[in-house]
Parts: sequence; C-alpha cells; structure tokens
Amino acid sequence: MSGAVEIRALRVERGGREVLHGVSLDVEPGRVTGLLGPSGSGKSTLIRSVVGVQIVAGGEVSVLGLPAGSPALRPRIGYMTQEPAVYRDLTVRENLAYFGRIVGVGADRVEDIVERVGLAAERDQVVATLSGGQRARVSLGTALLNGPDLLVLDEPTVGLDPLLRRDLWDFFHELAEGGTTLLVSSHVMDEAARCDRLVLMRDGSLLAVATPDELRERTGVDELDAAFLRLVEQGGP
Amino acid sequence: MSLRATAATALRVLRQLRRDPRTIALIVVVPCVLIFLVDQLFADREQVFQQVGVPLLGLFPLVSMFLVTSITMLRERTSGTLERLLALPLAKLDLLLGYAVAFAVLAAVQGVVVSAVGFGLLDLEAASSTALIVLLAVANAVLGMALGLFLSAYARTEFQAVQFMPAFILPQILLCGLLVPRNQMAEWLQWIAALMPFTYAYDALSRAATESALDARFWLDVAVVVGVTVLALALGAATLRRRTP
Repeated sequence: MSGAVEIRALRVERGGREVLHGVSLDVEPGRVTGLLGPSGSGKSTLIRSVVGVQIVAGGEVSVLGLPAGSPALRPRIGYMTQEPAVYRDLTVRENLAYFGRIVGVGADRVEDIVERVGLAAERDQVVATLSGGQRARVSLGTALLNGPDLLVLDEPTVGLDPLLRRDLWDFFHELAEGGTTLLVSSHVMDEAARCDRLVLMRDGSLLAVATPDELRERTGVDELDAAFLRLVEQGGP
Repeated sequence: MSLRATAATALRVLRQLRRDPRTIALIVVVPCVLIFLVDQLFADREQVFQQVGVPLLGLFPLVSMFLVTSITMLRERTSGTLERLLALPLAKLDLLLGYAVAFAVLAAVQGVVVSAVGFGLLDLEAASSTALIVLLAVANAVLGMALGLFLSAYARTEFQAVQFMPAFILPQILLCGLLVPRNQMAEWLQWIAALMPFTYAYDALSRAATESALDARFWLDVAVVVGVTVLALALGAATLRRRTP
C-alpha cells in the first residue's frame, strides 16, 4: 500500500456543478499532509470524500485499505468539520464527554484532550459563550478523542493566535511521529511550511503535490505564497 | 446497537433542555393554563369538559414533543453535529432511541404535572385509571417525537419547521373527533380522519376516559399509535444520511 489514503480519478458534483474534476492523490502514512488552496478550490469536498460523508459522482477513494465510508473505518478516523460541529448549549467538557462516550473513551481521556486543545480554563463554560477560535478547538478536541489512525482536519487553525497555532502544529507533528496520518486543510499559505507534504488545489484540480522544499526548488521562489502564484501562472506543475 | 450510546445521547439531549429552562417551563405550564381555560370555557357544562378535558391531557405532549423534536433535529442537521455523529461509530437507532428516551422523560414530567392539575384541581375523572392516561400521554409524546423527527427532514429552516404545526398538526386536531364526533362528520372527512395518527391517539384516550373495562378496540388504537411511532422512527432513520450531496 503506497498511501494511507488513495484517491483515483475522484469526481464530485455539488449543486449541479462539478467541483472536483478527476482528482488522484496518495496521502503518505505517518506524515502531515497539508491541503492548501483558496476558498472554493474544493478542499472541503475532498476532505468530505475521504471521510466518506460526500456523495461522489465517480472515481475511487480508499482509506487505510478500505473504501471510504466503510463502517469499519468510523472508529479509526478523526474528523473535524470546517464549521465547529459542537453543541452550543453544552459546556466544553459536556461536549467532549458526549462524543467520548460515543467513541468509547473515559473521563481521563476527555480531561487530557481538554488540556491538549488549551481549554482547561474554559472547561465548564457553555460553548455559545466562547470565541470562534475556542469553539473550533472544542471541535478539534472531538476529533482527537479516539486517538485515530487518520486525522482529517478541515481548517483547524482558523482564527487562532499565533502561539496556539504553533503549539497545535507541534502537536500534529507529535501525532505523526506516533504513526498517525494527518490531512490538514488550510487557506493560509504561511502554514504550508509546517507540513511534511503539500497538496495545492485550485478550481477543483490538483496544482501540485510536493514537499515545501521541492516546491521552492521547482518554482525558484522562497516564499510558498509566491510559489503558489508562480504555479498558477505557469498553469500547472 | 449500544446501550451506552443510547444513554449518552438521552443524557446529552436532557442536558441541552436543562440549559433552556424557559422552554421546559413553557412545556409544563402552558398545557396547565390551557386545560384551566377549557375548564372555564365549559364552566356550565361539566359533561363537555369531562369529554374534552381528559383526551386533551394526553394530546398536549404529542403537540409539544412534535414541535420540540422537529426544531432540535433541524438544529442537529444544520449545525453539522449530525454529519459529525454519523461519521462516528454510532448506530442511527441509538441516536433515535436516545432522543426518544429523553423526550419521553420530559413528556412524563409534563404528563404528571398536567394530570395533577386536571384530575386534582379541576375534578376531571377517568373511568379506567389516571395512571393509564399518563401512560397514554407518554406514548403520544413519543409518537409526536417520531413524527417531528421524520418531518424535520423536510424543513430547511426553523420557520418551515414551525409551519408544520398548522399544516400537519392542526388538521388532525380538527378531525380527530375532539371537536365534533367523527360519526357526525361528512363521510369523506371520516375517511381522512381514519388515516391520521391523532385519531387513534384521541380514541384511546377517549375510551380510557369513559370506559372502565377496556375492550379490544382500545388496544387496537394503542397498537396503531405504537405502530405509527415505529414506522415514523424507521422513516426518520432513513432520512439520516451518512452521505450527503
């Protein structure tokens, strides 16, 4: 098996329009793969296809050797949606405890995760009273609970302060070193440098798949933001 | 199926309700006020109040749980938590049963309080037993929950979900026999009434209110209420899609 996730000629239609045009991609196991591209480029759709919640029009997606969406995969994937999918009228701890009971982890694990996502001080606060970034972290926490083999995170660091963002990226790498495969989307290019491998998307197609260094080399520019622009201007890799 | 997931879901829904004490107060207090209004309305016609009052006690939970569930479920769909839950190792049945248990608990509270007012303060009487009326009220609540859960799939917004009340519930209240005995209605209306779950919920309550020895007809009504509940839950489960466009 060459990838923890193997995508072949994936096509997805949403609202009568094709939004993914035959995407093929391998996600390496035990690495942090960044999915980057502007808003509307199809990142979330690709992520939803990997998790198996997206109806696809064609192609194949296999995850950890099984077709995406297989019931056997559900306990092995951690999924963080783009909009925080948490109950606004419950506290941080109540939210995590509920998802924890569904995936079968105990109260200790819930406490660990509360600390991990930096919400120890807010643990008994109702989610509706939290800031957007804090809410996103509750949502991230729910994805981490079961210690998944594959962690799929849709824009996990939006609206976070730089210090916290750094801590989370360090944590992602820690998880990857422990063998977890991470697929993380972002629309901010300054996060690209923190990924082991980059998947650049635009208009429902892949623009490039490379390590940050390869990308710099290929385009001859140092800044990944500028490298992305260069690729777009060149019309592909 | 997992008892753990069902219990966790029921607890979670109850916690959410507890955070909204005003809704709980409305669910419990409003039917008490309404039953008092009906009592006063028929102050000179005790017989009519007896006929209408007892079935009303058992129908309130159906209406309130229908509304509460359709809105709660709609929120679950639109907030993304449903997509999130269905991506987890959670059986749809566990989610639905969790909801059913939580709302049955709420309905039991409502049923007990409203019955206490009706039987205790307003001198309503049930020929069978008051406990049976409360039990029927809880069964009706679960029916209302199942219908609300199913129909919530057809509402995109909370405005639409609220409109299901006049569109779906009101005609059933009009035709179930509460206002006009069904055998006095035009025949085509009787046929429509026979297709509505409310009719059987009302019949069971009405029989429990007036007959001390309950016959097969009563149990048939109960069977229809339970059957429609199961059917609506199954249809509701079918609307919970793990994959969406």
